[in-house]
Amino acid sequence: MSSDAPTERARDAVEAVYRAESRRVLATLIRLLVDFDLAEEALHDAFTAAVERWPRDGVPANPRAWLVSTGRFKAIDALRRRARFDKSVSELALRLEADTAAPALGETDGVEDDQLRLIFTCCHPALPADARIALTLREVCGLTTEEIARAFLTAPPTLAQRIVRAKAKIRDARIPYQVPERADLPDRLDSVLHVVYLVFNEGYSASSGVSLTRHDLSSEAIRLGRLLLELLPEPEAMGLLALMLLHEARRPTRTSPAGELVLLADQDRSRWDRELITEGAALVERALASRRFGPYTLQAAIAAVHAQATSAEATDWAQIVGLYAVLLRAEPSPVVELNRAAAVAMRDGPAAGLALVDAILARGELGDYHLAHAARADLCRRLGRSEEARASYERALALVRQEPERRFLERRLAELAAGP
Amino acid sequence: MKYLCLIYDEEQKLGGMSQSESDAFMGEYSAFTDAIRESGHYLGGEALQSVQTATTLRVRNGRLSATDGPYAETKEQLGGFYLIEARDLNDAIQVAAKIPSARLGCIEVRPIMNFEQPE
Repeated sequence: MSSDAPTERARDAVEAVYRAESRRVLATLIRLLVDFDLAEEALHDAFTAAVERWPRDGVPANPRAWLVSTGRFKAIDALRRRARFDKSVSELALRLEADTAAPALGETDGVEDDQLRLIFTCCHPALPADARIALTLREVCGLTTEEIARAFLTAPPTLAQRIVRAKAKIRDARIPYQVPERADLPDRLDSVLHVVYLVFNEGYSASSGVSLTRHDLSSEAIRLGRLLLELLPEPEAMGLLALMLLHEARRPTRTSPAGELVLLADQDRSRWDRELITEGAALVERALASRRFGPYTLQAAIAAVHAQATSAEATDWAQIVGLYAVLLRAEPSPVVELNRAAAVAMRDGPAAGLALVDAILARGELGDYHLAHAARADLCRRLGRSEEARASYERALALVRQEPERRFLERRLAELAAGP
Repeated sequence: MKYLCLIYDEEQKLGGMSQSESDAFMGEYSAFTDAIRESGHYLGGEALQSVQTATTLRVRNGRLSATDGPYAETKEQLGGFYLIEARDLNDAIQVAAKIPSARLGCIEVRPIMNFEQPE
């Protein structure tokens, strides 16, 4: 194949279009072909055709529509070939061909809707939580199975199986490819936000292992969050994006160059990303102004108070405690109570915080949560109750799974032993 | 597409209702059934007698063994079912969510296996 300038330009165009549009083309093909695997094959075939034809015919005026149309025809062709051997397929091929919903070459309406359809389908509550994450990263973000498996420390065949089963359930239980109706939107949006947040969290503080953050996943989550906000400007989508941006802003300072944990109070605030903080804080304001906000917005508001404090000492703990009180009403959970207790300790002193932590533990909650014991240990330490601090640090160490956190707790324990 | 909606309730909770609460609950069921008959979703449905009337049997190596009670002791017990026709899972979920027991117990929604061979 000749490699002259027009061909090179055309190939560059295909690559550029792939980067910019392949996810949207896929979303539309899934709607038209009613099948994820068929759509993926069609996408591949369409881009292959582009590589062959665009050098010869020029880049089309509307590449996305060209790819959708080409992909659809290729899929119908492929089905007809298969229909010779499998009669059940011929019905599908006929139906797809007759489908008047297929877009004309110039038409691009509803493509944004298709991406929303795809996100809501991948995050459908009827799918298991880990499958929703895998499917979203694969179909919406375009990550390969290997990339996803690596990010979640799972074996690729296991992850591939998870995706296969999810697609089978979509087909067999007939999960429809649609944006939920207005009445169902709040719950269904929650499901989507939860998936995005899980992806971000996995990147922000990997649940087990050597390193504290896995950068790529967090970036992917933020990208998803931006896309979602663009498609669906809901307050909680704003809140989630704000939360992720505000956390991301502090990333450079969360660990020392040696990989050691650095507490919020000790982080070098001059190295926090001010642009991300400004963007995050603005989103929080907009979300709060809507008065339809929820837990993500409130968590983001708390993060914003921290991010906007010029120093740890300047932190408005009273405001944070107040925000936690509202958050607890929106999302009653012992972990939120624990975080509130830590804030109360900062506002009112360690004894007040300790009373709250002990109340949670006495109820039988968070007994297996290393951060509850770490918090208790810290408060006891500040009160000079060394024996209790030691016992709590040891409980925390028995439960911790992150290496940098482990080393941090061991250091604290050693400091206690060394005495005042 | 057909779905089976399996209704799970805590029998103890239902048993603890007063007569008027129980009548009201049954009234809700009546209204629900009428509504889905009207909408065309209803294909069938029954309430089951208490789990205490259940018998579970197995045949192994040609031998029948029957035991008293449900196949498993669970917090919630199967109390009834509806067989419905629905456009897709979202439609089925919307219908099932209105089953009165959805508020107190839970509803399992499962698609019916389709054995038809396409022509």
